[in-house]
This record gives sequence, C-alpha cells and structure tokens, in this order.
Amino acid sequence: MSSTAQTAGLDLAERLAAARPAPGLWATGLVAAIVWLVAASIILGLPDADDLGRTEELAGAAALIGGVILAATLLIGRLPSGPEALSTRIRAGGPWLIVLPLALIAWELVTAKLDWLPRPFFAAPQSILEVFTDDWARLGESVLRSLILVVPGYLLGAALGFVTGVAMGWSRLVGYWVHPVIRLIGPLPATAWLPVAFFAFSTSRGASTFLIALASGFPVAVLTWSGVASVGKSYYDVARTMGASPWFLVRKVAVPAAMPSVFVGLFMGLGASFSVLVVAEMMGVRAGIGWYLQWAQGWAAYANMYAALLVMAVMCSSAVSLLFRVRDRLLSWQKGLVRW
Amino acid sequence: MVSKAGSIGIEGVSHAFELRGRTLPVLDGIDFTVAPGEFVALLGPSGCGKSTLLRLVAGLEPPRAGRILVDDEPVAGPDPSRIIMFQDPTLYPWRTVRANAQLGLEARGQLKGQGARVDEALSLVGLENFAGAYPHELSGGMAQRAALARALVNDPRVLMLDEPLGKLDSLTRLQMQRELSRLWEREGFTVLLVTHDVEEALLLADRVLVLSDRPARILADIAVDEARPRHRDSPRLIALRREILELLGLAEAA
Repeated sequence: MSSTAQTAGLDLAERLAAARPAPGLWATGLVAAIVWLVAASIILGLPDADDLGRTEELAGAAALIGGVILAATLLIGRLPSGPEALSTRIRAGGPWLIVLPLALIAWELVTAKLDWLPRPFFAAPQSILEVFTDDWARLGESVLRSLILVVPGYLLGAALGFVTGVAMGWSRLVGYWVHPVIRLIGPLPATAWLPVAFFAFSTSRGASTFLIALASGFPVAVLTWSGVASVGKSYYDVARTMGASPWFLVRKVAVPAAMPSVFVGLFMGLGASFSVLVVAEMMGVRAGIGWYLQWAQGWAAYANMYAALLVMAVMCSSAVSLLFRVRDRLLSWQKGLVRW
Repeated sequence: MVSKAGSIGIEGVSHAFELRGRTLPVLDGIDFTVAPGEFVALLGPSGCGKSTLLRLVAGLEPPRAGRILVDDEPVAGPDPSRIIMFQDPTLYPWRTVRANAQLGLEARGQLKGQGARVDEALSLVGLENFAGAYPHELSGGMAQRAALARALVNDPRVLMLDEPLGKLDSLTRLQMQRELSRLWEREGFTVLLVTHDVEEALLLADRVLVLSDRPARILADIAVDEARPRHRDSPRLIALRREILELLGLAEAA
C-alpha cells in the first residue's frame, strides 16, 4: 500500500516538475492528450448499460482529439511565439483541454455506463453525437431558417433604432414627440406583441421580422440617444468655430462620439432578438432552431433537444463574437475594451 | 497685401447668464481694441467672465449688449479665421492626431490637396512623429500641442487661448509658453489669451487687461514695455506684477 502511495506521490511531483514551461515540450498538452485517450478507452472499453448507438464513433472522436493534441504537443515548440501567436493561444487553452475530457468521462459514466441518471431526460454523449451524425441535415436547415429570419429583422431594427436614437439626441422636436412613445412602449417585452403581430401580418415571417426588429430597435434607440445626448458641448464648439455645418456635426462628431454606447445597445438588442426568435419559432413559425427544439421535446427526443440547444448556443455566441469583432475594429481608439 | 492678422473692437459689451431662473451678469460694459498682430492677455480672477468674452469674440454666443467687431465687421457667428483653444485639448478620442489636426479643413470640405498643410502644422508643434497616435496615448502637453496644430491648420487671423496651459505641469507649462511666444512671432496672428497667471500674462503679452470680479469690468490696461525674450525675474516685470496684484486686491501676496 505504502509503496503505491509513494509511487503516486513521486509521479505527481514529476508531473508538477514537467508542468513548468520547458522549451520544446508542452507538459499541459501532454496531460490533456493522455486524458483524452483515457476518455476514449473508457468509452470503448466499458460496456454500455443500454443499447446505445455511436459509442465507437464517440470513442474515435475522443481518440482523434487526443491524437491532435499529442501532435500539437510535439510541434508547438517550433511555432513562432509571442503574445498574439497561435502557439500562445493554444497554450492558454491548455487547462480547458484537460477539464473537458474529464467532464466527458464523468458524463459518460453517469449516463451511458452506470445509468445513474434517468434516461431519456439525461442523454448520453454518444446519443447527442448520434443526433449530429444522423440528423445534421434537418439541424442545418433549422439553423439556416433561423438565420434567414433573425438577420434581416435584427439589421432592420438596429438601423431604425440607430436613426431614431440619433434624431432624438440631436433634435429637440423629435425628442419631444418620440421620447414619450419609446418610454411607454419600449420596456414592453417584444413577445407581448406576439398575438397582435400574428394577425396584423399576413405571414408569420413578416410578423417575426416585425417582432425581432422591435426587440433589437428599442435598446439600440435608447442607447444611441443617450450616447448622442452625452456628447460634450465643447466637442461641438471646436468643430463649429472651424466652420462645420450641422450635418457635419451629426456625422463626424455626434455619431462617432456615441459609438461606444451604440454598441452596448447593439449587444443588448442581439440578445433580445434571439429570445424573440426562439419564442416566435415555437409559437407560429414552423421552421428554425426554436421550432426544432419544440419539436424534439414533443417527441421526447431529448438528445435532439440537447443537440439543438448546443447548436443554438454556438449560433448566438458566434453572433455576439462577430459583433464584438466589428466593435473592436471600429472602436480600436478606446482603452481597455473587454475581450469577448 | 492682406494682413495675416485681424483687429478686434469690443464696444460696450455686457453679457449675462440665466441660472436657475436668476440673471447672473458676467460682463459689464467692456470696451477695448486690439491692433492686428497684437498679443493681449485678459487677466482676472477665476470665474470672472474672461472665458465668456472669448466665446463672444469666437461667435459661439451673441452678446446681450454692445458690439464686437473683427476687422471692422460685426461678428455674426463662428468663423474659421477666429479659432479658440480651450483649457481642455478637446481632441476627438476616435481620431488620430493627424485626423484631429485636419478637422477644420474637413469641416469646410477643403481637405483635398491640403495634406501638406496638416503636416506643416504638426511639425510646427513638434508632433510630426505622433501623427498616427490616438489622444489617449498622448501626455497633457502633447495633447495641447495637437490642439494647437488643429487651430493653426486653419490659418487663423485671431487665435483665442482660453487658459490653454492651465492644466499642464509647471515644467511643460514653461516650455509651452516659450513655444507659443515663438509661434506668435513667426505667424504674426492676433492673440487673445485668457489666463489667471500673472507671470504668464507678463511673459507673453504686449498688453495685459486686468479684469475685476464678476461682473467683469476692465480695471487697467497695462502695456508690457519689456523686450523679448523676457525673463520672469526682470525688475520691470516684477514691478508690473506687483502693480497688477495690487489691482486685484492681493497686495500682500506681491
């Protein structure tokens, strides 16, 4: 007993020593590769508690990931290093590459292998993989339908909200008439319009676009307005003394000065439009990822539901990443931007 | 030949602000003239209305009473021949130094083919190597130089300086005073400088107008008859300094 403990202790000490940055060898990556391979052997080696498909494929995927990380461990020393280099980014992700396969092992054990969690409410990892391998066409189509629905609606709402916000911030007259309307209607959740929208518009597509535009337009309008309203008077004075026209003041002073605030509105509007999208697809539109979710739940196809949730998470996160990319590019003059 | 500098005539100018329903007089019957190319300092206690006077000359606001003439024409509004520089550099943070400097040309749609003028202004203030920097990357002194370059690009006939060195550290301040003086001698425009620093006024100006507390009236119009370059410890300047401080009721400080 004591000798095993000693060996384990020694083993740990060795691993800790190896974890220190040594040129050429990436210790964290090595550990990660091993854990992925262990995950693969557990998935393949232990028998499933029930008849599940795609167990071999899941093991294969885990082994493949382990292999790729192993290759990266050997090659990473030859890649150029630096704060923005690929190798640095891979190294930074090292701890995640260890924790992910550990989580996969735990999930696999409590569902597929030991059957501790009640199925079908808790799906095994291979069942979710099975959804992707067998139902990818329908999932892909759903994503596409959702994007076709949400993108025009969001862009329309953002554009209208932006113009409204600039006009409110700039013109006292517009502010006088629009402010009370925005104040009353704006905080109303866009989904509350759902019953109205579906009989006011002849198509569910028109209704959904209206709702999504409404949901994204409100935060964009309010934050653009507040951004324009808070531009310092001296910024205008400087340009005015140099002969700037009112139109120049709007385009070249008010709008750029308000941009940081506008992007907060665009971010909030994006979240709101996704939430309206999903509700609209569950209630009226008979396509899209929200509909898929509802449909899967109706058939008690819980693995499909989880897969759809995962796809939706990736979709929303990518949209936010894209927005932040645009912002980083446009607002590179700002200090201390939060990285998404 | 058209002179590079403008003349200024202030005739019986009074002004007031509305503050929470009360009328607050800030200027009370101001009368003076500035010859083309003259460097005049407006000196007075903080908040006495000196800056308001500059805003009126810049045409950012009309006076409540009296007339303001520049080159014998009444001021009707802002004009790029009269540029004002504030205590804060008020650079646009989303523009590089160069893009900030070309603001006036851009606003008037004259940017095409005038790139050399922007470069010239930047090198005049010693920022030619910082053209691509953003304002948050500049020190306080550099930011004020950028603001100065932005003003110079417009070839102003009258340059109004509203305590432009007020927020700089004392060493940068001394250096900027020397550079302002050199620029004025070189470019020959008329300068109206608002300051509450007696020494600064005496070092830079041909004339010092001493203003009273709010509402501001002119207490004295003092010609600084001292050759340039000036030194702050010259006996003549020390005597003038004492005289001004006595006018402002600060005789003990002298």
